Amino acid sequence: MNPLIEKQFVVERGHAYTRLLLVAAVVAVIAAASVPFWAESSWMHEFVEIACYFIFALMWNVLAGYGGMVSIGQQAFFGLGAYTMLALGNFWGVNPFVAIAIGGIVAGLVAIPVSRIAFRLQGGYFAIGTWVISEVFRLSFANLSAVGGGAGTTLTALRGIDKATRESWTYWVALLCVVASISLVYLFLRSKRGLALLAIRDNPVAAESQGIAVGSMKLAMYAVAACGAGLAGALYFVGNLRISPDAAFSVNWTAFAIFMVVIGGMGRIEGPLVGTLVFWLLSKFFSDFGSWYLMGLGLLAIVTTIYFKHGLWGYVQQRWGWSLFPTQRRLVLTTRPLA
Amino acid sequence: MSFNSQDVLLQTRDLQAFYGDAQALFGIDLEIGQGEAVAIIGANGAGKSTLLKALSGLVRVPSVQVHWKGRAVGGRAPSEIVRMGLALVPEGRRLFPSLSVQENLLMGRESDRSGPWNLERLFKLFPILWEKRHQPSTSLSGGQQQMVAIGRALMSNPELLLCDELSLGLAPIVVREIYNALPEITSEGMAVVLVEQDVSLAQRMTKRLYCLQEGRISLQGISSDLTRAQIRQAYFGL
Amino acid sequence: MIELLLQGVLLGGLYTLFALGLSLMFGVMRLTNTAHGDFIILGAFGALSLNGWGLSPWLADLVVLPMAALLGYAVQRYVLNQTLGKDPVPSLVVTFGLSIVIQNALLEIFSADPRSIESSGLNTQSLALSDSLSIGVLPTLILLIALVATVGLQWLFANTRLGRAFRAVSDDPEIAELMGLRSKNVYALATAIAFALIAMAGVLQGLRTTVAPSDGPMLLLFAFEAVIMGGMGSFWGTLAGSMLLGITQQVGFRLDPGWGVWAGHLMFLFLLLVKPQGLFPKTR
Repeated sequence: MNPLIEKQFVVERGHAYTRLLLVAAVVAVIAAASVPFWAESSWMHEFVEIACYFIFALMWNVLAGYGGMVSIGQQAFFGLGAYTMLALGNFWGVNPFVAIAIGGIVAGLVAIPVSRIAFRLQGGYFAIGTWVISEVFRLSFANLSAVGGGAGTTLTALRGIDKATRESWTYWVALLCVVASISLVYLFLRSKRGLALLAIRDNPVAAESQGIAVGSMKLAMYAVAACGAGLAGALYFVGNLRISPDAAFSVNWTAFAIFMVVIGGMGRIEGPLVGTLVFWLLSKFFSDFGSWYLMGLGLLAIVTTIYFKHGLWGYVQQRWGWSLFPTQRRLVLTTRPLA
Repeated sequence: MSFNSQDVLLQTRDLQAFYGDAQALFGIDLEIGQGEAVAIIGANGAGKSTLLKALSGLVRVPSVQVHWKGRAVGGRAPSEIVRMGLALVPEGRRLFPSLSVQENLLMGRESDRSGPWNLERLFKLFPILWEKRHQPSTSLSGGQQQMVAIGRALMSNPELLLCDELSLGLAPIVVREIYNALPEITSEGMAVVLVEQDVSLAQRMTKRLYCLQEGRISLQGISSDLTRAQIRQAYFGL
Repeated sequence: MIELLLQGVLLGGLYTLFALGLSLMFGVMRLTNTAHGDFIILGAFGALSLNGWGLSPWLADLVVLPMAALLGYAVQRYVLNQTLGKDPVPSLVVTFGLSIVIQNALLEIFSADPRSIESSGLNTQSLALSDSLSIGVLPTLILLIALVATVGLQWLFANTRLGRAFRAVSDDPEIAELMGLRSKNVYALATAIAFALIAMAGVLQGLRTTVAPSDGPMLLLFAFEAVIMGGMGSFWGTLAGSMLLGITQQVGFRLDPGWGVWAGHLMFLFLLLVKPQGLFPKTR
């Protein structure tokens, strides 16, 4: 071996084709933005719904897969964001589209005191504990007559606008939210903080000893996930116009997020994307079957968890090494002669 | 050094062990005969504990790499291996904190093997345990815990006892007390493997010795024949 | 006032039965079964089915118990054992999937209507304790069963070979294997016992009031709250936590019919804030 060869290394993240995919993604977003000009309104409505499912699932995925916190109570923030938007819109005349953002922020802020209680529990107990908290939210709002109590109420703030405009704007806002959440999550996970998060997930004690502030990172994660959930919730009910505690705080939101992420793979960005697509296709074809459809979903989740430990997308990644949103760092050795 | 195939209890052939992707053992060939006392020495991280874990089933290895009485048994579950007659006194004792001293000892009976060892005999061997038999195992001193760990393994009436660093963290006088019990333990012909940090102790207590260095056997021979220089070289890989 | 406490304690008896199975499964194998409540409901519907197929109500109630134990053994051995490990996610997701499957299967077979198990009037009988105080016969029976179950489990864990195996496997599953315990089997036995308790709880719930396919999650939350408030690792703790939950809920109900469950949740969160280890945590 030539002793004069100096070994250096370089940290690489993407592959050649990811740059291609980035271009394709930008084109897709531009194409998507044009949709209100030529598509049927039901398409836009469906997109808004799927967008909400997706954002919720993405945030749940980041919290569970990267933060190591599996929560069955994220719907608490979903509903809180929704009701905040409703209150701002109905009582104080705030533009509902702006209120969506505020709903997200409020949810994120409320998550901070909530975490003081929730973080007393770990693992499986944390999961169910967060469910209890969301039930408290649900029951509390069901007792508030100002927002219709248990029966719910309607969003009146958009009454003045005609249907087509309202739907277009809702669609664009949804698109914006989707692009924003993906970008934020992707950039965050690529960053040094993202690496820290992986370290925390794998071994919190070791991470702490390396100087990573585990506690504040977990809190940040929880707040950010709550913010995203709140955003999704507010968006959903801008699209739906009718809200009720049972709908806003339903555990089904988390159930679907779990399903989507399990199918798509935990701890990977493209997981919720793949999972949402699969979920949407399945519901298109099979939701008429009601209970049987849901049973099928449940069985699918069970089988996938046991036999495809990294979700279907994870399986694909391992088999063929694909990666849409590369965040993994690879050490590439480059050798060059010294003289 | 060869045996009649009848006399060989345990044999490894090119034993390799991994922790995930990291390789810890790189092809170990050793033999333990019936009734033998064998030592395994080596620096920290040399692979001594990994070797015992591979033998007792705590670490998975390919079937053909470990043979017990002529049969390929590598990779079998620990619960099966102890039933075959191979018991491990694990590194760090690892007693059950929720169980009392006596209950810990009784756990050794789960392998349903018959033989000379029972509670009565153990209490005679380590009288202090009789006194503390109903106390939680965590309330005992390090040396007493080590006695419980040994007793627990003996309760399964093994033909081969693997001991992982009995002296770890114990004062010399306590170590001596424990090793004084060894002749009684092996009096019915039980074979024993002693993984030890204390080299001179290991040489004194055993007939044969293996030295591990970075996952490979760097020296083997009759304990009393090996010189200090030989061992030092093999230990540190100089 | 006393009547309120008494009602709370009686309710606590039922909650103890809800909670013991959860406590057992988590204690032995750190498994959080989000389908816990749904299995309780399944037990009730199981008894209803057996009754529908010709067994007398009482026989049906009894026969469903060993059937549930067998189901528990199988579910643990062939499904849940695959999910055990350091990561709590697989067991959470799989049990969540089971929850959805059970709820929807029951919905398909039985429709969403609440039903109750035939009790031959036992659920309306009451005992007079004094001129102004009387308690229901069935709730009292439930409380007694709960006490027996708690004592029984405690005794099982402390005095039997199986109980010792449970404790060992809970402490250190690796070393337990080293002793000769087949942990797959031990876990399955624990779940079998837990499921028998769960089925019993379901039957009693069906006798006392009604059961509907979607009732499961609420029962899970009650059981969970009882276990956490009582302190993990102790069956007496679970009993205490259940009593506290029962009493709190009764006080809430009395203040306003819509506040019972809510009050219980709030008490749980409050206790989590001030005494997170629970009322009677097992100290090691």
